Amino acid sequence: MKLFALIIVIMTGATLIYSTLEMPNWGDPNSPASLHVSPRYIEKTLEETATPNAVTSVLADYRGYDTLGETTVIFTAAVVCILLLRRFEDDKTV
Amino acid sequence: MIRLYDDLIIQTVCRIMIPFIQLFALYVITHGHYSPGGGFQGGCILGASFILMVIAYDIKWMKKRFSEYTNIFMIAFGVFIYAFVGLICIILGAEYLNYGILHKVLPADPVKVRALATLGIEISVGITVMAVMVSIFLNLATFGKHERGEV
Repeated sequence: MKLFALIIVIMTGATLIYSTLEMPNWGDPNSPASLHVSPRYIEKTLEETATPNAVTSVLADYRGYDTLGETTVIFTAAVVCILLLRRFEDDKTV
Repeated sequence: MIRLYDDLIIQTVCRIMIPFIQLFALYVITHGHYSPGGGFQGGCILGASFILMVIAYDIKWMKKRFSEYTNIFMIAFGVFIYAFVGLICIILGAEYLNYGILHKVLPADPVKVRALATLGIEISVGITVMAVMVSIFLNLATFGKHERGEV
């Protein structure tokens, strides 16, 4: 049974390595991921948002809705942490 | 459990270091337009300064400066500012979180006002992250009792 699992792992790994051979090079400006919206962000960020740091303008301006979701996630984490862990002195259920 | 040892060296060094850590955190938050940084990173540094207070001194010493009521209030306040800025954009007649329309209420042109609104967003995210860091640390380290353990 261990041999069977090893064969499956090796086949899966070989498939993954084979699929990486056709990926674009690191930092290739002609890769599909760099051609869609990235040039717009890099070229227009200063004249559209007056922010020299493109990362900040994407994070808080172009993708502001996403950052609102991230903030809500950590808000929820803190609220759940308080609800599950916080104990007060008059709590009889402990 | 948080244990208390009155170590003069640690307490003196922390008392000197904490203002500079907090100043650096404010720098990271407000300088996010021009350098790496922003609300999440600066909020983490600001929360770490309060955690350093708890480690070097005591929970009571820290709570005199940053009470639990203020802490929980700030957790919700940052998210509220963020969502409220988006709501103002809707009221003024643009899409949700489209900050360009804010030039009707702020004294700046539509491009500069986007940078101002981005700064406000970073500050609100920093407030929330700072309070969340302190709250989660206190609840996890003391099993929710918020008191120091046996020495």
